[in-house]
Parts: sequence; C-alpha cells; structure tokens
Amino acid sequence: MWELIQANRRKSIFILFGMGLLLLLIGYVFGSFYNPDSGGFIGLFIAVILWAVLSTISYFAGSKIILGISGAKEVTKEIHPQLFNVVEEMRIAANLPNQPKIYIISDSAPNAFATGIKPEKSAIAVTAGLLGQLNRDELQGVVAHEMSHILNRDVLLMTFAGMMLGAITLMADIFTRSLWYGGGSSRYKSKSSNKGGGQGQIIILVLAIALAILGPIMAQLLYFAISRKREYLADASAVRLTRYPEGLASALEKISSSHLDLKTANKVTAPMYIINPLKKKGMQMANLTSTHPPITERIRILRAINQGVDYSNYQAAFNQVKGTRSPLIPLSGLSEKLNLSVRTPDSSISENEELLNTKREVGDLMMKLNEYKFINCTCGLKLKIPPQFNSDKITCPKCGRIHTINL
Amino acid sequence: MLYFIIFIVIILLIGMFFVSIYNSLIGLRNRVKNAWSQIDVQLKRRHDLIPNLIETVKGYMTHERQIMENITKYRSQAMDANTVGEKAAAEGLLSGALGQLRVQVENYPDLKANQNFLALQEELTSTENKISFARQAYNDQVLFYNNKIQMFPSNIIAGMFSFKVEEFFEIENKNEKEVPKVSFN
Repeated sequence: MWELIQANRRKSIFILFGMGLLLLLIGYVFGSFYNPDSGGFIGLFIAVILWAVLSTISYFAGSKIILGISGAKEVTKEIHPQLFNVVEEMRIAANLPNQPKIYIISDSAPNAFATGIKPEKSAIAVTAGLLGQLNRDELQGVVAHEMSHILNRDVLLMTFAGMMLGAITLMADIFTRSLWYGGGSSRYKSKSSNKGGGQGQIIILVLAIALAILGPIMAQLLYFAISRKREYLADASAVRLTRYPEGLASALEKISSSHLDLKTANKVTAPMYIINPLKKKGMQMANLTSTHPPITERIRILRAINQGVDYSNYQAAFNQVKGTRSPLIPLSGLSEKLNLSVRTPDSSISENEELLNTKREVGDLMMKLNEYKFINCTCGLKLKIPPQFNSDKITCPKCGRIHTINL
Repeated sequence: MLYFIIFIVIILLIGMFFVSIYNSLIGLRNRVKNAWSQIDVQLKRRHDLIPNLIETVKGYMTHERQIMENITKYRSQAMDANTVGEKAAAEGLLSGALGQLRVQVENYPDLKANQNFLALQEELTSTENKISFARQAYNDQVLFYNNKIQMFPSNIIAGMFSFKVEEFFEIENKNEKEVPKVSFN
C-alpha cells in the first residue's frame, strides 16, 4: 500500500503538470491577444497568480469551507459510539497515526465524504440517514472507502486539480465576456498601428477563441476522469482494508436505492461524496462528464471479487465486468501478491428488526445533534427534551414520575 | 583534477543513495514497531472491558458460570504472560471463551434488551475487530519491511547494519478458528 501511494503521487504530479501547461497556454494566448508584444508574459503571470491564490485559499481553508457548506457538525463519541469505533477500526487497518475528526450531517439522505489535505488533519463526514440505514459491516465499508481517500491523498490531488479547473474556467469566462462587451478594442488599435502583424493577429484570435471554448471543457474532462478513477481505487482499497467486499457492495446498493437528495450538496462538492448526491442529473449513464462511475458497475465489480481481496483481485473483477484490460491500479500495487482471504461478517442482528428501528434512530440522532437531551423513564417512555427547555425538572407524561435534568 | 572531481561526485552520490536506503529501512522498521504496539493497545483495552462485561452479565446468566470463570481465568493468564507465544495462546483462549459467551447470550432476551449490555457488546465487537485489523496492518508492514531487507540493493545496507527479518503474527491457537461448541443441558 505504501508503494501504491507513491505511484499515485507520481501520477498525480504528472496530471497536474498537464493541467498546469493548459493553464499557462491559455494565459499566454489571451495575454498576447490583448498586447502582441509583451502581453503573453503578463497573461502567463496572471494565470499563475490566479491559480496560486485559489490553491492557497483551498489548501488552508478548503476543508473548513466544505464542512461548513455541507452543514456538518463535529460530534463526540457519546452521540454515535459505533461510528467512532468503525472509524478507529479503519484507522488501525490503514496504519494511520491520527484519528480523523468525525462529523455528522443532519440530513436523512444517506451519503458520506472525506476531506483534509493531510492524513493528520483529515475529517470524515456522514449523514444521519446513512447511520440509520446501514448495518455495522456496511458502515465499515463506507468508512473504509472514505479512509482510502485520505490514505491515497485523493483530497490533495482533487483540490489542486479542482483549483486548476477553476482558474482555467475563470480566465476563459473573463476573456469571452470582455470580447463580447467590447473589451477587445485595444486589439483594433494595436492591429491598425502594426501593419505586418495582421496575419499573426488572426491566428492568435482564432487560437484564443478556440482555447476559450475548448480549454474549460478539456480541463473538466481531465478532472472528471481523475475523479472516476479515484472512486474505483478507493473501492479497491476499501476491500483491501475491510477484507469484506460485500459490506461496501450492499452499502452502495442501499445508498443508491434512496431517492432523497442531499440538500446541502452542490455541483462543486458533489465529486467528494461516496456517490453523486445530485441524483436527478441522470447518474446511470457512464459518460465523460460524470464525476462518479455508475453505481451498478461498482457493485458488480465488488460482487465479482470471490477469491481474495488483493488489488490484483479487484483489477481482475474490474476487467471481467468492464470487458476491458485497462490498467486501473499501478503495477507496484499489483505486484504485491498476498493471498488475502475474505472475512466473515460481524452483524448478527436480523435485517427486519433493524429496519423497524431505522426511522426512529435517524430522528433521535438528528435531535441529539441539535442538543436535545434524552431521559429514559422507568415506565419505558423515552423523554426527548429540546435545548430551549428551561426548567430543571420534568414530569413524565405517561406515568407522572418527576425527573431532574442535569445540565 | 577533473577526474578527481568526478570521482568525488560519484562517491558523494553513492553515499547519498546509501543514506536514503538506510533511512527508509529505519522508517519501515518504526512502522512495524508502531503496528505492533497498536495490537498491544487493543489487547489491553479488551482486558479492561472484561470486568465490566462480567458484572453486567452475572445477574442474567445464572447457568453459564463455567464460561465466565474461563473468561476471568484466561484474562489473568493473558495479563501475566511474559513471552509472545504465551500471550498469543492465552489471548486465543480468551477469544474462544468470549465467542462462547456471545452464542449463549441469544438465550437471554432480557439481557439482549439491556442498554448497558448492548453498549458493552458494541465495544467488545469493536475491540475484537481492532485486534484483527491491527494484526492485519502489522502483517502488511512486516511484508514491506521484509521485502526491503531481502531485495537488492537495500539488502546490502540491511546486512551491514544488521536489520533482521520480522516474523508475521499468525493465529496459532486452534480455538480462534473453531466455531465455539454449544451445549444444551
């Protein structure tokens, strides 16, 4: 796994380099469009500055911003001991030194994401709906998937790639707007004063317009391509960590069968979730513009794993389902043949019994997040006390016993 | 003079190469040690949970005295164990006894509904999981470390500074693999 991270890092740098070249090219061409003599380098300079500013902001405040947008709240172990235990189990399996912070989003749509540039400063956020619907093994699968994103440094890669995409889109946008609203008047001036450069000007104009249209699309395709590949890799690593592919497979099945939309997700944060939270946008199709691979395919791959849980087993299942031989996992990851076998599940509680409690559990969890207090009365009633409640004594409405609330 | 400089540069490069291999070996060895200590932490955690568990279960399970006595016995054996072999054996027996207890719990609906017991059971399940995941992580680390020690060119450095191949943590005790026996009497 260690070598795999390094192979990933090399690959990431390579892709970032490609996107960076595109950014520089756009900066140069747009610059020379406005001023053929020295504008190219000014444009180059502006492009780099723009990317640097965006990256710095997202590097230092990115996870705070994302956690803030999604409405996630940091929780303590008392609120959901099982989630804490499962995260710690996966942290141990991944041999990471620090426990990621744990956040819960009070939304009943099941979903999860991980954030954090460095493994030391990472966080995992899950929705209340996810906790209510999944059993222990499924939750473990989801947490393992998120832990793999942290372990594989996916967040760092996606942040820098995302900001590169942002810078390219922003520059193309500014360029087309200025062209539209007559900002290009300096072009005519320079053209009239410079007779010989007429033909060169036209070439640059065509190039600039082509880049303004194609640049953002190319960058976006590159970005989505990385995002999809990362999802597969995180699935493969999750299987490796839990030794139990069925857990993640049935979790994905449950999450995808939910028709609820996550209210706090938007286009920018969508690639970070375990499955695309914006379902209405036709996520069944595997096309170039989807951020996630189609769920059914991910499940089929996970279920096709029948012998072991190595990366090579995942790759074999991937090839079998996709019918291709495209390399998904770097060779260094495949060469470590460990003959790891599949584990048996923990969850003993029957599924039906669990489903009955699901709705109540989700409701309770959301109340706990909003600082409700709970008192179990001896008559069997559970009192749920809102934080606005002022008195320190409460009477049970069923049996009339008086309880004191310790604040 | 030129040849001399080239000679010095080559020597320096080789030196740097060796230092980097040495450092990565040290790093890997520390990761192995860290992974091992994780197993220890979780085993201790299990020992701490057991008195609580016995206390909660005692009132309900009047017929399973033998299992509870075994759990207590194996726990103290595991805590007193000095060598790795002894420890592994006692921990294996302890896992087996806890598994038996878990099977018996099914016969006590009152106990299954007890909130305190449910919380304890979650902690115990998680601790058992953590032990096996820690063992898994330890074995992964050992594999990388051993590969590094045995492969060229790092094997030269490993030989010079006597880095030794670490052993995998295998389950030696049969009890841990066997399904616990249930007796109805």
